[in-house]
Amino acid sequence: MQPRRQKRLFAILLVIGLLTGAVAAMLYALQQNIDLFYTPSQLVDGLGKDKVKPQVGQRLRIGGMVVAGSVKRDPESLKVSFDLVDTGPLVTVIYEGILPDLFREGQGIVAQGVLQDATTIKASEVLAKHDEEYMPPEVAEALKGIRHVPPSQQQPASGSY
Amino acid sequence: MFKWLHPYAKPETVYHLCGRLMPWLMGTALLLLLLGNIWGLAFTPPDYQQGDSYRIIHLHVPAAIMSMGTYSAMAIAAFIALVWQVKVAQWSVLAIAPIGAVYTAIALITGMAWGKPMWGTWWVWDARLTSELILLFLYLGVIALSGAFSDRQTGAKVASLLAVVGVINLPIIHFSVEWWNTLHQGASITKFAKPSIDPSMLWPLLISILAFKILMLALLCVRLRTAILVNEQHRPWVKAMAGD
Repeated sequence: MQPRRQKRLFAILLVIGLLTGAVAAMLYALQQNIDLFYTPSQLVDGLGKDKVKPQVGQRLRIGGMVVAGSVKRDPESLKVSFDLVDTGPLVTVIYEGILPDLFREGQGIVAQGVLQDATTIKASEVLAKHDEEYMPPEVAEALKGIRHVPPSQQQPASGSY
Repeated sequence: MFKWLHPYAKPETVYHLCGRLMPWLMGTALLLLLLGNIWGLAFTPPDYQQGDSYRIIHLHVPAAIMSMGTYSAMAIAAFIALVWQVKVAQWSVLAIAPIGAVYTAIALITGMAWGKPMWGTWWVWDARLTSELILLFLYLGVIALSGAFSDRQTGAKVASLLAVVGVINLPIIHFSVEWWNTLHQGASITKFAKPSIDPSMLWPLLISILAFKILMLALLCVRLRTAILVNEQHRPWVKAMAGD
């Protein structure tokens, strides 16, 4: 290789190497701030090596699975409360408003709100998180035992709601 | 070792090669695009959770994958242009950039249209969405920088440097869903494990991805031919061709 080309090659590789290092250092430093949400265990046990726990009154997002049987609706209003879980502790979310279509028990969701006490969040926004698995309803029924009913064929829920 | 590559550094050879390849690439791309999209949008079963809304995956995923694939192609061309100063590679960088920018825009817009009914929001500043937006800005930056200097050579060189440096963003986009908590779901097909998407939905998706890839090459051929003609307009071979 000609010396001139070699010089240019090394110069460019050096630039890429230095910038990669800089970006890696930046992302490492911002590690905790890039996460979109806390998981319930991070909220309870603290985050990272220093076990930093969020303060009561802090605005944050929490993400986890809706615990089956924990969804309680107020019959008079749109108020709803439910528990979230990932691997251990439960966190309660209180919300007033319309939930996304994908919201159901066992579904992953991300809620944004204010921490009221150690394990309660008053949410102002609830987003549904779906996973990377895609399959037809029949396969899901065979594999997971989930019965999918299209909204057009759903029976209106009986009782007060 | 790379002696056989040398003729392809000559603009005239590349011009004719692109002219010969273009109709085949364009035809295959359009055929596969029609096949993949009609199959995917009309004839695949609905998803067990998302119903029919998931079908936007057949546009979103090919555009997103190829927005990154196109960027790597551009960065490789830019690297060759900077180190070996091959003119054709230099022009390819500027020929590829708008194609990639459009792919990235398609990925972002279809993703937003998908996010609204499924997640409940058009946009959220999670790592995947933000890094993909940065990719769009990188493309736009390359296009803008190349035109920002009165000397076209300098502009092209600076744009190439940005294209090469921006490669850092590609692994960040790909691994963002693993490294951090994001609202965006994890990878369904670009991983070593078995794809977590049912075969009946996977095949049209793979066809669409291939179609986007070939379409990129076809569009590159068209744009590169134009770039060669513009830059070589005073050369004898162009004049001879125009004289016919």
